[in-house]
Amino acid sequence: MAAEYPSTHALFEAAKMVRDAGFKRWDVHSPFPIHGMDDAMGLGKSWLSAVVLIGGILGISTAMFIEFGASWGLYPLIVHGKPYDWRVVPAFFPIMFELTVLFSAFAAFFAVLIMNGLPRPHHPIFNWDRFARATNDGFFLVIEARDPRFTEVEARELLERSGGQHITIVHED
Amino acid sequence: MDDTSTAPDLIRGEASSTVERPLERVPLVLNRRNFTWITERISGVVEDRAPRWWWVCFTITAAIAMFGLFCIGYQISTGVGVWGNNIPNGWAWDITNFVFWIGIGHAGTLISAILYLLRQRWRTSINRSAEAMTLFAVMCAAIFPGIHVGRVWMAWYLAPIPNNYGIWQNFRSPLMWDVFAVSTYFTVSVLFWYTGLIPDLATLRDRATTKIKKFLFGVFACGWRGSNRNWRHYEMAYLLLAGLSTPLVLSVHSVVSFDFAASILPSWHTTIFPPYFVAGAIFGGFAMVLTLLIPARSIFKLHDIITPQHIDKMAKIILLTGSFVSYAYAMEFFVAWYSGNAYERFAFWNRVLGPYWWYWWTGMLFCNMLSPQLFWFRWCRRNILVVYFVCMCVNAGMWFERFIIIVGGLHRDFIPSSWGLFIPTWVDIWTFIGTLGIFTSLFLLFIRFLPMIAMSEVKIVLPDADPHYTPPNGHYPVQAGGIQRT
Repeated sequence: MAAEYPSTHALFEAAKMVRDAGFKRWDVHSPFPIHGMDDAMGLGKSWLSAVVLIGGILGISTAMFIEFGASWGLYPLIVHGKPYDWRVVPAFFPIMFELTVLFSAFAAFFAVLIMNGLPRPHHPIFNWDRFARATNDGFFLVIEARDPRFTEVEARELLERSGGQHITIVHED
Repeated sequence: MDDTSTAPDLIRGEASSTVERPLERVPLVLNRRNFTWITERISGVVEDRAPRWWWVCFTITAAIAMFGLFCIGYQISTGVGVWGNNIPNGWAWDITNFVFWIGIGHAGTLISAILYLLRQRWRTSINRSAEAMTLFAVMCAAIFPGIHVGRVWMAWYLAPIPNNYGIWQNFRSPLMWDVFAVSTYFTVSVLFWYTGLIPDLATLRDRATTKIKKFLFGVFACGWRGSNRNWRHYEMAYLLLAGLSTPLVLSVHSVVSFDFAASILPSWHTTIFPPYFVAGAIFGGFAMVLTLLIPARSIFKLHDIITPQHIDKMAKIILLTGSFVSYAYAMEFFVAWYSGNAYERFAFWNRVLGPYWWYWWTGMLFCNMLSPQLFWFRWCRRNILVVYFVCMCVNAGMWFERFIIIVGGLHRDFIPSSWGLFIPTWVDIWTFIGTLGIFTSLFLLFIRFLPMIAMSEVKIVLPDADPHYTPPNGHYPVQAGGIQRT
């Protein structure tokens, strides 16, 4: 069941009401991220940052593996009499830094897609024609029927009380 | 000042304050536009038919790009001898162009990443175009290290894998650091730019009228639906990408400067190069951003989104970084004299009075040191023609600066028996002009097919986007013919 709201303020207040009513499977849609909405929905911090950290650690390990491996073991190169053993490590810093950033960036990019379940060819909410405004200037709140606390009457009443307009049932097919 | 006089000031884009509302901020989007207006205006550029001037410009730039590619092909097949490079000038226009283009790219990342971390909300009108400019500049830059090696078919030796003799790369070399830095910079910039594009592609998908457009925008928007659960991860990823890009932009141009600083040549072997190059890159890059955006805002009537305040702030950054660069020039001269090193002193004296003296006087002195100083004056920052003139000067000046560093350092080094002049050939010149053509063609394609301003980000800076905002007269702004929201 979905409702449309006229402003960010209205949507923000409605989200708090739905959160306090104890619903878990619901969502808010807006054309831009609304400041403070994560708290209004009762969501915590995004742990995408952990994935990025892992990416960074992988990056620096790869760089160290390639550089130290090549210079100490596989093919030590004597160039200009410069050292190629443990004393050369500062010369390896630029590449270690670059690969840390590269792998972290890949981790951030793929994590944001995967953690959001994207790319997703179709979502039932697109069956509602008013929803096209979500990427323009519309603010929507959707409570899924799969939520254990969902009953049609209660959900409709809650959405109306919070100021929702155009309340509709959106079907999955 | 009373209430009635402040409202028109705000709409005009002037800051004002009253006793009731001290330190009122100038709005970032003028004329109290609403979300729909922003979507319509920016999507309109993509959705309308390409105007005739676009076709004219694109044909010209594409033709220049084609000729540039022909010159590159000619150089690869015939050899580096078609350029004016000789001994001692092993690097000349090729590496000048490389550093020039990479430097331009840095402003885009600064606007996207560093200004984001500094919470400068005015960046939202310019960051998409600036990031796109970065990508195209880095593409143009990457051509030169590839072709300047001569035997381009051996360029794969630079990849971190053993070559056909089983030899590994020399990871201690700044040239190898460059390979990693520039590739990382390009990849991270693409990822950051594309991540930012996803919500806007969703907007275009939802507005698409033909099946093909809906399919293409739909594929690249990855099914984005504006869900806050998605925005949560998106915001974290955006923040982290910004946080990663910031040290990246500082490191990439530092690594490029190491190509010179890690050598032994007088006027090259100096620790000032990393900050000098980074400041110069931002300086030149902002000038190029303004060079591209000032015509774009006039042509597409985006004055309410890219406001005089935005141009004012960018002019101030040009002034700031130009002053850093001027200070760095002065320090180079001072330290060269103070060091007492005869070669160092001569290298700098030679810049001012040697065979390339006019490059120094026009490029470094007039274009880089003097012209941005005009931006101390508010009138100059607000006058579009003056701003454009200074930006063109800076673009040229930064190219001259790199040339003076490279050829100026190489053509007269330690002993006069090693000296030799560099004179560019037509291939040098047309290859560079060709890359200008490639850059402009790609930018024209970008503004034609993709939203040149980040719609979702600009909407965030509107006052209505704040959930705690109550409009002053109880009504949200209405566009003509739009829906009145209560």
